Amino acid sequence: MAQLTYREAVGEGIAQEMRRDSNVVFLGEDVAAAGGVFKTTVGLLEEFGPDRIRDTPISEQAIIGAAMGASMTGLRPIAEIMFSDFFAVCWDLVANQIAKTRYMTDGQCSFPLVLRSANGGGSRFGAQHSQSIENWAMAVPGLKVVAPSNAADVKGLLAASIRDPDPVMFFEQKSLYAIKGEVPEGEHVEPLGVANIVRSGTDVTIGALAAMVPRALKAAEALQNEHGVSAEVVDVRCLVPLDTQTILESVARTGRFVTVEENPRLCGWGAELASIVAEELFWDLDGPIVRVTTPHIPLPSADELEDALMPSPERIVESVKHLVD
Amino acid sequence: MEETVTTSTDPSEGSGDIRYIDTEIRLKLYRTMYECRVLEQRAYDLFMQNLVKGTSHLALGQEAIAAGFGVAMRQDDYTFCTYRGHTHTYVRGVSMESILGELMGRECGLLRGKGGSMHLTSVEHGAMGSYAIIGAHLPVAAGAAWSAQYRGTGQVTVCFFGDGTTNIGAFHEALNFAVIWKLPVVFVCENNLYMEYTAIKDVTAVENPAADRAEAYGLEPILIDGNDVDVVYEAAGVALDKARKGGGPSLIEAKTYRHGGHSRADPGKYRPDEELQGWLARDPIPTYRERLISLGIEDESLEAIESETDAAIDAATEVARNSPPPPVDIAHIDVWADGSASWRN
Ligand SMILES: Cc1ncc(C[n+]2csc(CCOP(=O)(O)OP(=O)(O)O)c2C)c(N)n1
Ligand SMILES: [Mg+2]
Repeated sequence: MAQLTYREAVGEGIAQEMRRDSNVVFLGEDVAAAGGVFKTTVGLLEEFGPDRIRDTPISEQAIIGAAMGASMTGLRPIAEIMFSDFFAVCWDLVANQIAKTRYMTDGQCSFPLVLRSANGGGSRFGAQHSQSIENWAMAVPGLKVVAPSNAADVKGLLAASIRDPDPVMFFEQKSLYAIKGEVPEGEHVEPLGVANIVRSGTDVTIGALAAMVPRALKAAEALQNEHGVSAEVVDVRCLVPLDTQTILESVARTGRFVTVEENPRLCGWGAELASIVAEELFWDLDGPIVRVTTPHIPLPSADELEDALMPSPERIVESVKHLVD
Repeated sequence: MEETVTTSTDPSEGSGDIRYIDTEIRLKLYRTMYECRVLEQRAYDLFMQNLVKGTSHLALGQEAIAAGFGVAMRQDDYTFCTYRGHTHTYVRGVSMESILGELMGRECGLLRGKGGSMHLTSVEHGAMGSYAIIGAHLPVAAGAAWSAQYRGTGQVTVCFFGDGTTNIGAFHEALNFAVIWKLPVVFVCENNLYMEYTAIKDVTAVENPAADRAEAYGLEPILIDGNDVDVVYEAAGVALDKARKGGGPSLIEAKTYRHGGHSRADPGKYRPDEELQGWLARDPIPTYRERLISLGIEDESLEAIESETDAAIDAATEVARNSPPPPVDIAHIDVWADGSASWRN
């Protein structure tokens, strides 16, 4: 095991895959010489050279379009969109073209590409550089959606995403970039579509994603120590494909289900999970399903204001306590 | 130095001089244009019989562009085109019956009814798709060209689009991108003077929507008569050759005119009659026929092409008409590369 930051794990994952497959290429704004604005790809240009690690103009449609065209003709491109909010300027390529062309062409082409992006809040960037857009992607048939919560998963899930034959939206939570974690040395690949029980418990199942996982874990500690409530925490990790079995199995044991979502309230991924649990596990539930989300409000930038809106460990504790009492 | 093919932009003048092109090639150009014409006419007829549903955008009058490029391209080159893409797909070697079948939503259709008129694609023929959101396929074409460049295959990508497409951001992003990476791609603007119903001149800052923008991207302005298949064929050859030799992209504006409306629902009444008559007189197919006759090609060989094609389109129509609807279960497959549509366990 090596101690790596979440940020370093991004570069590790890309490098691991580029060493084994010369068809893997990487493009984005400021990613080559500068190593990325979040310094996730430092050193890749030196190791893999300018034919494989390419700086682009500020042309998100060209970046995504080029990745699409390259992927349908034999390459495995990784494209970086600097902030996930910028997907709004190239969403046609993502939602109309990449996601649908395999289906529309009766399976004639595949799109083995990864669209990586810095997603989410907590960094005081304001409403246009802080969104959690994983539910935009989840709403479009044809896209796989991954959002890791820790460095090991960044490396392993990124490797699996690059090897995957389908388009993968890979959301890196930018407030986690500096967080260190244990990462397996040598080849590390973590299959997509497998949720991870990161804390066992018996009273309630908390489903969380990306930056909400450490917050849910913190809440679970407080629930145990201060309130005697035993919470199980499931890191959902992938929204598509969605590992409903791990969650259903957990909720069947605990009888209670809480989601912790960074996205604004309406149509977050937790709503889909809530509906699945309600439909398939209704008679095993001991209380209502509760969603803890950012309210349906754009994220403000000041510390106190942003913190007031994003789900905090304290708010998670409150919600769970209310449910269990 | 590469030869630049330019001709008068005044359609009434025509292209003037007649270049030397092999007779065999000329017959192929004529045959291809004629095939495109009957294919589009048949699509129209089937539409009127309500056998083609939804919408359909015909390239009647614009056949010289698809034909000129189709004949000039290497078999493993890539093409990307728009919803007005029946002919661009056909010229890559796709069968008439699979195109008509797709328009009619039949099992024999190219995409077994999963795409429709606006999305004809045949990867095995290098026809990498017909794109129905304006501008989207220009960056995608640049990506395919990047891939060919990276893999060192010598393949060139040709990307067709309309005049209206020059005013969307993706056009500009793709051009700049292709130039800075020196990609083997040929962008072909088919300027038929109209978007859907609005004249391009009424909404564009420059007179020639593509050619006048070329220099902004360090490219040579190339404006050609898109109704003269010889001119198109030669311009295609020059641009393909340049791209194949590592010389980077070209942007070609080919002036042309659609004989009908924008799509099924449009009678095209917004176009002045004089303008329409002027362009009908410059129909690329009869004018080329006359040229071939004047060059000494026997009428019989042209008639043979015509009767063979007429028979072929009838046969293709029969096949498509008699093809059953696609099995309903295919609606549920092929979202993912493993063939499934499943998103959960
Ligand atoms: C982004 C987008 N905006 C609008 C449309 C609707 N639309 C379809 S075709 C068309 C006109 C396109 O004109 P042009 O590029 O000249 O191509 P032509 O149809 O003349 O071949 C429009 C506006 C669309 N499909 N996509
Ligand atoms: Mg037009």
